[in-house]
Amino acid sequence: MAAVIYKRTEGLVDVPTHYCPGCTHGIIHKLVGQVLEEMDLLGKAIGIAPVGCSVLAYNYFNCDMHEAAHGRAPAVATGIKRVLPENFVFTYQGDGDLASIGAAEIVHAAHRGEKISTVFVNNAIYGMTGGQMAPTTLIGQKTSTSPLGRTVEHSGRPLHVCELLSTIDGAKFVERVSVDTPANIRKAKKAIRDCFEVQEKGLGFGIVEVLSTCPTNWGLAPNDALQWLRDNMMPVYPLGSFRNPKEAE
Amino acid sequence: MEHKIVMAGFGGQGIMAIGQLTTYAGMVEGKHVSWLPSYGPEMRGGTANCAVIISDTPVSAPTVTASTAGIIMNAPSLDKFEPEALPGAKFFINSSLIDRKIQRDDIEGFYIPVNDIAAEIGNPKVANIVMLGAFLEITKVVSPETVLKVFTKVFGENKAKFIPMNQKAMEEGSKYAKKQRVNA
Amino acid sequence: MTKVLMKGNEAIGAAAIAAGCKYFFGYPITPQSELPEYMSRELPKIGGVFLQSESEVAAINMVYGASGAGARVMTSSSSPGISLKQEGISYIAAAELPCLICNIMRGGPGLGGIQPSQTDYFQATRGGGNGDYRLLAFAPANIQEMVDLIIEGFDLADIYRNPVMICGDGMLGQMMEPVEFTNHTKRELPEKTWATTGTQGKRKPNIINSLYLEASILEDHNKHLIEKYNKIKENEVRVETVGLEDAQLVFSAYGTTSRIVKSAMTMLQEEGYKVGLIRPITIWPYPYDAFKKINEKCKDILVVEMNTGQMTDDVKIAVEGRQKVHFHGRQGGMIPSPEEIAQVARELLGGK
Repeated sequence: MAAVIYKRTEGLVDVPTHYCPGCTHGIIHKLVGQVLEEMDLLGKAIGIAPVGCSVLAYNYFNCDMHEAAHGRAPAVATGIKRVLPENFVFTYQGDGDLASIGAAEIVHAAHRGEKISTVFVNNAIYGMTGGQMAPTTLIGQKTSTSPLGRTVEHSGRPLHVCELLSTIDGAKFVERVSVDTPANIRKAKKAIRDCFEVQEKGLGFGIVEVLSTCPTNWGLAPNDALQWLRDNMMPVYPLGSFRNPKEAE
Repeated sequence: MEHKIVMAGFGGQGIMAIGQLTTYAGMVEGKHVSWLPSYGPEMRGGTANCAVIISDTPVSAPTVTASTAGIIMNAPSLDKFEPEALPGAKFFINSSLIDRKIQRDDIEGFYIPVNDIAAEIGNPKVANIVMLGAFLEITKVVSPETVLKVFTKVFGENKAKFIPMNQKAMEEGSKYAKKQRVNA
Repeated sequence: MTKVLMKGNEAIGAAAIAAGCKYFFGYPITPQSELPEYMSRELPKIGGVFLQSESEVAAINMVYGASGAGARVMTSSSSPGISLKQEGISYIAAAELPCLICNIMRGGPGLGGIQPSQTDYFQATRGGGNGDYRLLAFAPANIQEMVDLIIEGFDLADIYRNPVMICGDGMLGQMMEPVEFTNHTKRELPEKTWATTGTQGKRKPNIINSLYLEASILEDHNKHLIEKYNKIKENEVRVETVGLEDAQLVFSAYGTTSRIVKSAMTMLQEEGYKVGLIRPITIWPYPYDAFKKINEKCKDILVVEMNTGQMTDDVKIAVEGRQKVHFHGRQGGMIPSPEEIAQVARELLGGK
């Protein structure tokens, strides 16, 4: 009899996802699902799905899910966590959702030290609506609403969410990771786990920003998209820990 | 009988407080009552007024346009509320601050120097209660005893120690009003 | 129980707590701020949560989350803040979650003013957010009625899995009246099997959602909602009527304005006029049928509101051309007086 060396995580429902070929949402879903399973959180987890590419995340995570309005996931999560403080509450949000329309909600969830965890997927573009500019779009990056490339004069510089949130006391875990290589995927999973543990220990708000690709809207093949992420996003969005309770000890 | 009372003055003169005392006492005496304050930016130092209704029948409009009585603590309030009063209304004028008399001849004016009386009894803050004493002496809307009974309901249990001072203030107001009625 | 004299805004809080509401999410705005203040004092005492949100938008979305998690929850605001909540209200209605929302209305449009008004009638009765949805909308006329409707409103929200809105105005929020918290009849409430409380590994995941990408499925959802709203229309209409059988003129007014109308009616009756009143207590569902009970000789309805005549549309629908619908209103926070209302009525009645 063959030994099981890999199996699909129980943290995800066994259905095909709608994500584009080469999109890294699938990897990030898997990591979140695995961490939920490994930490034995599935039975008490309530996830909040955003509006954006991951709008259907409520069909994929194998736990109770609540679909929020665009950007409001942290407010919905707050409502749930305040009612059910013993449960595990996480949001899964993209960069348009979190950094643009939901900027107030994420800042104030962090500000209150809300005991929730956020997985923030940054692909520097609005994916679902067809490749429009996001606050996280890079300077010079062409999108359907910055057809000549984003300029500083017109739209300012990219918004650095981890840097911003790590100025807020209530944010107890802030880390930026990437899923472009197997090594980085392992680091990303560890960060998600550390982040979820911060909530389980009741320490405060935690967020993991995951640099992600959008081959479709970037107009690149999946592999080229990973290289583009390394060449262009990583210099602007440096990986690493911005706030970690272990460092504070 | 429906008493439709306006109480008006500057913010800080304790208008809302005597309105609430009267209303609470009315409720305790089994009447139908309502208290409606003016509210807004003018709450800080500007004009403050409230409409108090004490009635034998359920209160319809909680607003008071045609008043049956008025407590008028400053001059602008007299200008504002005198014209709207019902014929036969009784107006209680703070003569410490208001120089003029009632101009209409179909309403009755009582002139009580409430700031002076309050100063004489050693507490300028109870001028509003002096006025309430005078008002209740003449109008009998509620009894002063009931007002004292509900004092802590309105202001909280920790204000019970102020009851004797307020009782004194009401009595002085009442005495002054009685004297004025005799003289009139 | 004995009566207490309470400010409207505080009575709302006390009523909610009496109804078992333990969660309040809100943002300060005049003229309803005494309510969040009251909740911030009282909810922690009973193991509940008061949370001042960063905005009205966030507050209603916190309500969305809390309600999804199975809690009895409320928020409140005043007109401009209620506008901000419309996004969340639409989602809550679409996801069929129960909650209670208080609107202590002030003058508008825009920032408007802070004085009493009834300018959000359309918003409350037509669904202020996007999509085809309805709220159960109550317009209490006094503090006792408001307390009773809040306590009942929470139950109705649970029974119909629908947001309930209490529409007061600045007067009702700010005034004080005697109020009694009697023992209300406990209703049989449906179990919240849909709530996101964690599967505990014992059931399939629950999903709270308002997204239906398949057009035919969304159409089915809309049909399901309409069926529910029809049931509410059948069962929950509330109205007070006075003197319809012999009135020469029938007033229609709701909320505090209806009380001022009653004062005007007393004046007119003393002058020998026969006047009636239809006072909608639910402004949605609207008491259209009550207008059928007006005697045939009566040819005029006078609608009185603190807005520019938003309810006249409903009254016109209700009278089906049998009576002429007139309107008298004040706006901007101006309150009509009984005297001016009586005068408008006298002119309609052919007097002076």
